[in-house]
Amino acid sequence: MERLSSPAELEKVRKSIVSKRDAKKPCITVCSGTGCHAFGCEKVSTAFQNEIKRLGLEEKVDVRTTGCHGFCERGPLVVIRPRDIFYQRVSADDAAEIISETVLKNNVIDRLLYADPNTGKKVVHEHEVPFYAGQKRFVFGNNGYIDPSSIDDYLAVGGYAALGKVLSGIKPEAVIEEIKKSGLRGRGGGGFPTGIKWESCRNAPSEDSVRYIICNADEGDPGAYMDRSLLEGNPHSVLEGMLIGAYAIGGHEGYVYVRHEYPLAVKNVRLAIKQAEEYGLLGKNILGSGFDFSIRINRGGGAFICGESSALMASLEGKVGEPRAKYIHTVEKGLWEKPTTLNNVETWANVPLIINQGADWYTKTGTANSKGTKIFSLVGKVNNTGLVEVPMGITLKEIIYDIGGGIPGGKKFKAVQTGGPSGGVIPDSLINLPVDFDELTKSGSMMGSGGMIVMDEDNCMVDIAKYFIGFLEGESCGKCVPCREGLKRMREILDGISEGRGKEGDIELLERLSTTLTDGALCALGSTAPNPVLSTIRYFRDEYEAHIKEKRCPAGVCKELITYQIIKEKCPGCGLCIKSCPSEAITSGGKKQPVILDQEKCIKCGACYDVCKLGAVKVS
Amino acid sequence: MHAEAGQIAKKVGAILDKYQHDKGMLVSILQDIQEEYNYLPRESLEYVSKTLDVPFSQLYSIATFFKALRLTPRGRHLINVCLGTACHVRGAVKVLETIERELGVKSGGTTDGLEFTLETVNCVGACALGPVVIVDGDYHGQMKTEKVKDMIKQYS
Repeated sequence: MERLSSPAELEKVRKSIVSKRDAKKPCITVCSGTGCHAFGCEKVSTAFQNEIKRLGLEEKVDVRTTGCHGFCERGPLVVIRPRDIFYQRVSADDAAEIISETVLKNNVIDRLLYADPNTGKKVVHEHEVPFYAGQKRFVFGNNGYIDPSSIDDYLAVGGYAALGKVLSGIKPEAVIEEIKKSGLRGRGGGGFPTGIKWESCRNAPSEDSVRYIICNADEGDPGAYMDRSLLEGNPHSVLEGMLIGAYAIGGHEGYVYVRHEYPLAVKNVRLAIKQAEEYGLLGKNILGSGFDFSIRINRGGGAFICGESSALMASLEGKVGEPRAKYIHTVEKGLWEKPTTLNNVETWANVPLIINQGADWYTKTGTANSKGTKIFSLVGKVNNTGLVEVPMGITLKEIIYDIGGGIPGGKKFKAVQTGGPSGGVIPDSLINLPVDFDELTKSGSMMGSGGMIVMDEDNCMVDIAKYFIGFLEGESCGKCVPCREGLKRMREILDGISEGRGKEGDIELLERLSTTLTDGALCALGSTAPNPVLSTIRYFRDEYEAHIKEKRCPAGVCKELITYQIIKEKCPGCGLCIKSCPSEAITSGGKKQPVILDQEKCIKCGACYDVCKLGAVKVS
Repeated sequence: MHAEAGQIAKKVGAILDKYQHDKGMLVSILQDIQEEYNYLPRESLEYVSKTLDVPFSQLYSIATFFKALRLTPRGRHLINVCLGTACHVRGAVKVLETIERELGVKSGGTTDGLEFTLETVNCVGACALGPVVIVDGDYHGQMKTEKVKDMIKQYS
């Protein structure tokens, strides 16, 4: 490929790519995100390719493996475009029938359609599936249309047009102004206004005018994977955002810091960088404008703290990822002591959108102080698990019930956890809360990077607090005392409460320790760490008290406080639980008689409870 | 498994060349060395320390700070249990405990004869499949305690 030497040439190439494509030609898109991968989508796409070859249809039908479509729960997903026919739970055996019936004869295959679990109604088109219907997929939408390994696919949907636009004569200051006007705030958790960050970085003095750009793809929040899906499914959109940011702040070197647990993201970004370089969209004299920018990839080493900007930069410098006090901001002295702009993957992916459509268009979506959309990973005890992109200001109820399809198994909704380990739980009583940066903070949680973990009546709030504190204790870098020691003590107290050793005054002690961490910790990992504890105490104090005073776990989770029992009337003595019990605590009670559970031997592993399909084992 | 000096110089030397002896790429360099040896042999760290003029203690500190790096060899099969929040609320701890009992090792341990290493990971981003267990890169989704035995059998 020849390097493009001007924005006009870019448009010419785009036109030629689009003109060679027939918009009416059937295209079988197979979702190849991580969820669908685990469901075996690779075999599905191979089956399509083989069948097309067998029938000699290569010229008439396209097969495209795309990034994540979001509806992971129903994978492997297949969408037949341009008619948008949506098939779910597709297996390799279905490929031949889909081609002969749907692609060639326009017939819809009923059994592969999605059925609304609430109404039982079958849905034919992708955009009519309730999971998608309530979303606004500005940033994430192209994932379902493009092959992430093809830069031409990205160009065909208007890719790099925003870059072409800014390099056609928009001044860097004007780019910053547009981003400021859009109200874009950092999607990684902090919610800091992106335009102001860029402006400070551009204005920060740098002797040799070196300034760095970093894409933070160290998505460490457990239960969140939207950055991964963007990088895997549409890497060029992130690179384009970084390019525009670099131009705006006057930077020439950039880094993508990505978790090593995301090998496919690393692979796709690496390929995208190479393709962009070949087209002259990265490197020297980009599109003939005189602007230079190059991007390198660094793989994280599996440390949650490296998602914190100064720790990430330390790690990029080849050091241990410890944060530093930020009385001097990283926009002034960041990587190698140079002014550095670090934004999260999703933030970068928003940038081309704002430049293309304008800040005025962008601000039409969202609330007063939170503009645009946000991608959440809606996971846990919810029917439609997956990635959802919604306008800021949508209520939790709309997300969990309308898009998420409610709670599985007829269980009762209890709380939703947002913001990862730095966030908190939001109870049922706040289900109508509009989701934006400020409202979530007011509720005692936070936006965070976008994890949204739904919990039902079977989840214990003390256990959840213990889970997050345990997680953070392990991930604390150990540099400052409040975080290193405070989290350890908090975890010990929570262990005590969940193991029946809780005592009067524990809750108050947890609250006091929380204040110490909030005020005294060096970085945001420590200062926000008490949120899961404080929010569970705030909304579920009675549950803590049941553990402490009555030595009882109401949700039946905390091992030391529960017992497993056999409900005699329901047990036919089939013996499945006897086989599954690792401690030989269950013995036969005679033929067709209920089994006998010896409490002395029971290790409370729950194997019998899981294996019994008759509900004859109860937890109390 | 024991790495001899000449071989180390060649293999690790090539990795250092790939990164142009850039001290800023230490984490990536150690990751690549680990991919080569399946752990970080002491000799390889000594070689890096000498060649790049980085204190040995700094390499030790990096190798023990990042979860992805390890100083002891791993078993032939790696079982990784995801303990992300989504998996946690769906019972990942019970699954982990069952695997621990089956293998007779705790999380972080390796079975006799270096067959299985059991590790946990904070989230692999496959939350729809939770609880997820990854064995040698294969995703086993919607894991249940009663499915553990069969899963392990597939690999032993």
